[in-house]
Amino acid sequence: MGKRTVIPFGPQHPILPEPVHLDLVIEDEKVIEAVPSIGFIHRGLEKLAEVREYPELVYVIERICGICSFGHGLGYVTAVEGLMGVEVPERADYLRTMWHELSRIHSHMLWLGLTADALGFESLFMHTWKVRERILNMFDLTTGGRVIHSVCKVGGVRRDVEEEMLDRIVSEVRETRKETRKLTDVFLRDTSVKSRLCGVGILSKEDAEELCAVGPVARASGVYQDMRLNGMCKYGELGFEPVIGEGGDCYARCKVRISELNQSFDIVEKTASVMPDGPVEVQVRGPLQAGEFMMRLEQPRGEALYYVRGNGTRYLERMRVRTPTNMNLPSMVRMLQGCDLADVPVIILTIDPCISCTER
Amino acid sequence: MKCHYRIQNFEEIKAEDLTEIIRGFKTEKYRLCQICASNIEGDTELIYSFDLDHELFNIKATVRNGGGMESITGIYQPASIYESEIHDLFGIEFTGSRPNRGGKFFVLSKPTPWLPENEGGE
Amino acid sequence: MGAFRISGLILGSLFRRPATAKYPAVPREWEERTRGRIEIDASECILCGMCARKCPADALAVDKAEATWEIDMMGCVQCGHCTEICPKKCLRMEKEYTAPDCDRRTGLRKIPVPKKVTPRNDR
Repeated sequence: MGKRTVIPFGPQHPILPEPVHLDLVIEDEKVIEAVPSIGFIHRGLEKLAEVREYPELVYVIERICGICSFGHGLGYVTAVEGLMGVEVPERADYLRTMWHELSRIHSHMLWLGLTADALGFESLFMHTWKVRERILNMFDLTTGGRVIHSVCKVGGVRRDVEEEMLDRIVSEVRETRKETRKLTDVFLRDTSVKSRLCGVGILSKEDAEELCAVGPVARASGVYQDMRLNGMCKYGELGFEPVIGEGGDCYARCKVRISELNQSFDIVEKTASVMPDGPVEVQVRGPLQAGEFMMRLEQPRGEALYYVRGNGTRYLERMRVRTPTNMNLPSMVRMLQGCDLADVPVIILTIDPCISCTER
Repeated sequence: MKCHYRIQNFEEIKAEDLTEIIRGFKTEKYRLCQICASNIEGDTELIYSFDLDHELFNIKATVRNGGGMESITGIYQPASIYESEIHDLFGIEFTGSRPNRGGKFFVLSKPTPWLPENEGGE
Repeated sequence: MGAFRISGLILGSLFRRPATAKYPAVPREWEERTRGRIEIDASECILCGMCARKCPADALAVDKAEATWEIDMMGCVQCGHCTEICPKKCLRMEKEYTAPDCDRRTGLRKIPVPKKVTPRNDR
């Protein structure tokens, strides 16, 4: 029985890219309890939403987070379209699906790189991010922005993607898939990576359900849950089935994300081949309808929830975003209980935290 | 596949019945999605969202601004995040729960900034 | 045996060109659609103020009395919304990004808009 010590961890920490603060109660080398606190970068974007007109608001909302920027834009415009009863054209929906999957690829690649970095595997980190660059270039080519795409708008998308661009995307995705295969081989089979990930930070299926985990964290614990099944975009037409893992440890979460990467490559290729011709936007004019709309979508990190309430003016009365990390924090605290101090950064990273998202 | 995401389920309930209804959700294995607070004409409306097999159910309860509400952390543990957030930003007291870090889950420069009487910049 | 799985990748990278660009010695190639910075064709501007009203970042200001159009380059988020809604289409998106600077305020640019001679409508 050792002495209990409290170690403050974050918001500034060499290995932690996110501004979350944890009070770790340590006994010998084991973490007994972790108490999180956030709020270091609270920007009050939900309040800003009330003083911006709804067509311009999408540019604010997609700046909630740099990595899931497309997902935030998509979620917001879908919620407003739901509120106003607007149907977007087929082609716009397919384009959104494609971009959403591309953003999932780049987010998961980023995560793989950061995990390698947390393990101390610098060269793997560099190689992963080198591959990710291809996807960012595709965003630059099609939307004009590498990170903030500003391509969704209420009623469709701002830019069409021409045939030559689609061909280029498909060939780049093919190349990325090839390079990813070599990388994932390292992640899944290298002894040193496995020894850091296997059996660490286990979250059982019961715990995942009890703590309302979402996204890859829940799926790695064997929970059948993926918001792409709820009729958003064109996933239904593309025959989408979620990837469900087992085990619930860090290795399982890594494996689920890698399988999702491969699945996203498939979806992008499929969307490019079945893309119908037609307009990419419908005009949406006039004030918002009075009423409320709540919807969810699957971001790379998990389920995000958007709630909008209109009151007949051009301004939203209330706009609410609930991001995946918000929901995964309780699971993270559970995973940290009983782990070694040295594993703390790895466990925090495997929930793919995005505190900027969480605080909005 | 049927299109769920456009189907909206909102139901208004009395604040006193909240705990009982949420206990019912728990026994039916619903997943808590979020709690959202918003100001409506001097009252604070709380929306509790639940998910079962990718379908969303929302229940609404109204309390007066700065009022009290029964905590549901005993039923759904993750609710503490939302309750702390609403406590710190809207000033609603949740009875029967210990706000994270003594009511300082969010590090703010002034207390309860989203309560209508506290609004407005410096 | 599972160790050093990365060696193949590393050896490959060792004998290949670097993946990074030698910026700024080698200038960057811009994509057709890249959103870099906002520029104005001042002779076309009618000072309607639409861009300033709709800017999500409040980075634009139009002064009718002084006939100036002003942009806070460091405040602009390059969404390109103003180029779309400008009734005269006198705003455009340049591909190059705003140059970095140590001072936030240096981004401020005021452009005098030449007064137009409005043809009088003789009824």
